[in-house]
Formats: sequence, structure tokens, C-alpha cells
Amino acid sequence: MSVRRLAADQPEDFAFTPENLEWARAQIKKYPEGRQASAVLPILWRAQEQMGGWLPEPALRYVADLLGLAHIRLYEIATFYTMFNLAPVGRHYVQVCHTTPCWLRGADAIKDTCRRLIGAPGHVTSDGLFSWTEVECLGACVNAPAAQINKDYYEDLTPESLEDILEGLAAGRPVAPGPQVARQTSAPIGGPTTLTDPELYRNEEPDGSAEPPTPGAKRASRKNEERARR
Amino acid sequence: MLKDKDRIFKNLYGLHSWRLKAARARGAWDGTKAMVERGHEAIIEEVKASGLRGRGGAGFPTGLKWSFMPTKSDGRPSYLVVNADESEPGTCKDRDIMRHDPQLLVEGAFLASFAMRAHVSYIYIRGEFIREREILQAAIDEAYDAKLIGKNNVNGWDFDLYLSHGAGAYICGEETALLESLEGKKGLPRLKPPFPANVGLYGAPTTVNNVETIAVVPDILRRGATWFASLGRPNNTGTKLFCLSGHVNTPCNVEEEMGIGLRELIDHYGGGVRGGWDNLLAVIPGGSSVPCIPASECLDLPMDFDSLKALKTGLGTAGVIVMDKSTDIIRAIARLSYFYKHESCGQCTPCREGTGWMWRVLERMAKGEADKGEIDMLLDVSYQVEGHTICALGDAAAWPVQGLIRHFRHVIEERIDARALEPIAPSVPVAAE
Repeated sequence: MSVRRLAADQPEDFAFTPENLEWARAQIKKYPEGRQASAVLPILWRAQEQMGGWLPEPALRYVADLLGLAHIRLYEIATFYTMFNLAPVGRHYVQVCHTTPCWLRGADAIKDTCRRLIGAPGHVTSDGLFSWTEVECLGACVNAPAAQINKDYYEDLTPESLEDILEGLAAGRPVAPGPQVARQTSAPIGGPTTLTDPELYRNEEPDGSAEPPTPGAKRASRKNEERARR
Repeated sequence: MLKDKDRIFKNLYGLHSWRLKAARARGAWDGTKAMVERGHEAIIEEVKASGLRGRGGAGFPTGLKWSFMPTKSDGRPSYLVVNADESEPGTCKDRDIMRHDPQLLVEGAFLASFAMRAHVSYIYIRGEFIREREILQAAIDEAYDAKLIGKNNVNGWDFDLYLSHGAGAYICGEETALLESLEGKKGLPRLKPPFPANVGLYGAPTTVNNVETIAVVPDILRRGATWFASLGRPNNTGTKLFCLSGHVNTPCNVEEEMGIGLRELIDHYGGGVRGGWDNLLAVIPGGSSVPCIPASECLDLPMDFDSLKALKTGLGTAGVIVMDKSTDIIRAIARLSYFYKHESCGQCTPCREGTGWMWRVLERMAKGEADKGEIDMLLDVSYQVEGHTICALGDAAAWPVQGLIRHFRHVIEERIDARALEPIAPSVPVAAE
């Protein structure tokens, strides 16, 4: 368990934008009559997104009223589920996985990089761009070490590649998520050793919707080469 | 070695499109209507005959679990809930199914729901998987648009599939905590009995299955139970997604036959242990919750439920965490203990207090700042936690510690000895508090 409290400084008010309110009503419809409480996590998550990454206390009351729940139920939920941030975070919120599989592959160095470039965990940089925290297993263990920045996973990190990512985000450059080494998702480095039989795919016509193979990988391998030359 | 034609997850690495059209070209939704026409019982019997055991960790026979569901409704609806709250350290297989081959899951949910006479199913995906959620929702929408699911669909069984998500709580992977969370509450596991098949979601009969379990069902029905049962070993049939992480040269996910040798798995797919096989220290074979085993037990080890159980560990989720000799094994397990302390829901005292206690002792042991007598005390406390809690998180927190002491007691003792030999810093007088 972890101790989690609401922030001291709170805004006056919270209300969903009309689009978010409509979206929230659609979520409630997924569940049977009288079971609207089931929609609480997705709706609370949407509220956090609207607030730029954290949940103020008025938002908890707003969502409780929307769902017809006692306010205390929302306080319980917001303090129980650790993805709900109870204090403001940076615009790019870096969550470094530090459970054993990532730790075995160098998560300590990733944390040190965050500490050096951003500051102490939870600290928001003065320009409001970054904050970071340590999280438990992200579920990207074969691509360790991994970190989640807002919606995306960045995998196979090194201190150097993380620094590049943070620089890119700060400069507003597009940064490719996924593995930061030459690698297709969870396939081994060097290319898949299975699923190589073309017979499996003989009926497939490319419809152009496949993810382009590892856009980040090319960039990362180029960077690695540059680094090697230096 | 499993042949490519026997693999179920043909787009494991996302090299091909996840869209419905491409998924159908790879075989998804082929002959689904004919399977439905065989009837509810026939599907359950086929799954029973295939020998499929749950892929979420416990390995309970899937067909048997489905047969616990009522065949006649007493007025309450039946539900299938798909557990996509993949959070077990070392495990990242369901993520690949959901982002690269989601139609297998959608079709599986349809067929499993039909077998259990459920018209509604919920998928509960962990909150962190935001991109995976987007893809899975798009896949569900595509299936609706193609009338494969929904009311009056082409397959002849009214079926609604909804996606919900968590918000960062490992405990919600426990099936009754998941149901609580899905009902909009804190994820506190429920006392059993009653089991979910009697009283589950909204008090109605419910079956909770892992993503991989559900996603392999269409292929079992398409290719036949005999095909699935011909792979693997008796009582441990079929294929399995393995996740190789830690100190291997090429960490990866791979689908292989159940019972594949651990060394073969590591050498062939993982590119070998970093620094060679002789540099292997220990392996956690099934996700963080199962006890580790030392290198000496890894050589001819078939990776399946029964073989690993015989070694007092388990296949769990088949998340294989490899540790080479550079690993501080005490610290590695201490980090897991911290994980369980962080993720304990706090409902049962042995777990709430015990996880933190075990973590603090292990942190001291990692520095050698302990008494040798405390090793047995730690072991004793782990047995006090194990089996004395509502859910299995207490067991999961105790087993890694027991594995450490069972196989690496000498490492802890050596560290305590080494610490005792260090010169004692000159004491500084401190006022009593």
C-alpha cells in the first residue's frame, strides 16, 4: 500500500467540457441500468486528462455527482489507484519502471538520468515541462528498461537515448515511442527467429494499416552509430 | 521446436496489420458460425478435450471452469470477463495479443461467451496500456461494423463486448478484485466461496479468463482439440507464449510448445545467457510470484505446469526472468518484496504488515546488516503470510522469499559474515531520544 493524499492547493471548480461529458455518458451506457458506478475509472481518467495529468478535489466531487455516488467513494478510488495523480505533474510525465526485470537491465541508470535532468521524483521543472516518478512493473519486461511518458512506452532505454527523448520532447520535436534500439517490438534484436514462413500470410493483402516497422529503431540505430563514432 | 504452421499468434511482433481484414486473411473469424451451430456443450467438451489450462498463472483447466457456469438462467445474466490486467513482473504477452492480433481475442470472447451462454462480456485492461486499449477498441468497433458481434450478428448469437480499464493496481489482476474494480470500487479481493461462477459481476454468474486463454480458443475449435493436445506433454498441452527477460542476449516474446526445455528456450530464442550458460545464477520461471531456481536445476527442465511444480516453483504466466552471476540475488528479491508491499491492497493483516516487514528485513540482509537467526525468522514469517490471506497476493509475496532462502541461504550468510568483518566505524556519542 502507499500513502496518498490530496494536494494542498486546489482549484475552485471542475466541469467536463461538453465533448468529455458526452463521452462520459456513452461510457455509462456500457453497463446495466443502475450500475453506472462501473464507469468510474474511465471517466476519472478522462477528468485527469482534461486537467493535464492530475485530479483536483473538485473533479472527484464532480465525477461522484455525475455518477450519483457518495463523494467518499471517489476519494477512496482516487487514493487507491496509483495512476491517479493527486498533485500536478509535468506536461511530459515520465514514469520509470523499476521492478526487478527492468532493474536487472539498468533501470537504476535511467532513474539517475531522470534525477539529473528533471530533479527529485515528483518535482515539476520550472518550465512545467517535466516531472518523473518511479512505478511498478509496466508490463514491457522483454523491452527493459522501459518508461512511460504520457500515453506512450519508451523501451530498451539507455541513459543516452532517454536524454535524447527528453531533449526532443522539450524542443517539441516528434519522438518515436517503442524500442529505442534497432528492434521490432518484442521480437529479438536481430530480427524474428519465428513466424518467418511466408505461407502463413499468403492470403494477406497489405492494406497499408500495419505499423511501419520500427520508425524509432532506425533513428535510434543512427544515433547509436553517431555515438560510437564520437 | 514448434513449427510456424502450428503457431496461433501469427502476428506476435506486429510485422503485419492488426486490422480485421488482415486478421481474417490469417484465419480469424473463419467458420465461426459453424462452431456456434455445434452448440454450447460441444464447445465446452472440445476445450476440455484439448487439455487447455488457464494461461493467467494458476493453470486451472479451462473447459472445466466453463462447465461450472449455469446451463439454465435463474433470471440473472451470465458474464464473461476477460482479465487483461497484465501486471505480473516478467510478463508482457497479453500486450502483444491486444496490440498485434486483437481479433483473436474478440473472436475468442465471442466463442467463450457463447459456450457459457453469456450475451455480454467485458475486457478489463490495465490502465497503463493506453495505446493497446486504443487498438483493441478499434478492433472491437471493426468487429461490430462487420456484424461479427453485436445484436443480430452473422454468427447467430447476440453478443456485446465492452472494454473497460483499470488505473494502476496489480491487485486487480486477482479475479474477484477485478470484479470489484469493474463494479467501480477499490480493488479489494472478495472472500470465496461463493465463487464467481455463482456470484460474480453484479452478483451474476461470471467466468474470468486470461487474455491468452481466450485468444487460443478459436484456433482450438478450428483446428480441433486433437491438434492442440498433440502439442506439449500430457496434462500440459498446447502452445504457450513465453517472455524472456533479464540477462539474456536477446530478450523477446515467443510462442513455443509447452514443455520446451528451459535451456533450449534461453539459448535458441534468448540468444543465450549473457556471458554464456556457465554465467547463469538463477531463473524465475513464471513471473515474479513463483520461487526462483538455481542454475543447477535449469539444465534439462521442461517448461510446463507439472515439471515446475515438482521443483516447488511454477509455470505461472511463463514470464522467464533470467539472472546471471553479476546479479545481487538478495537485492533482486528485495525489489520484488517492495513490489508486493506497494501492491498489497491492505485488506488482510498478514499481507499488509507482512509484505512490508519482509521487504525491510531483506533490505537489511542485502547489506549484511542482519543476524543469521533472522533468516529462519524471515522464512517463518513468510509461512505465516502464505495461505492466511483472502487472495493469493500473500502467497505470491511469500514464495519469492522462500525461494531465495531455499536456494541462496549461503549468499545471505556470507554477506552477514562479510559485514561482520568490516571495521566498525568509531562510534559518535548520540543523545538518547
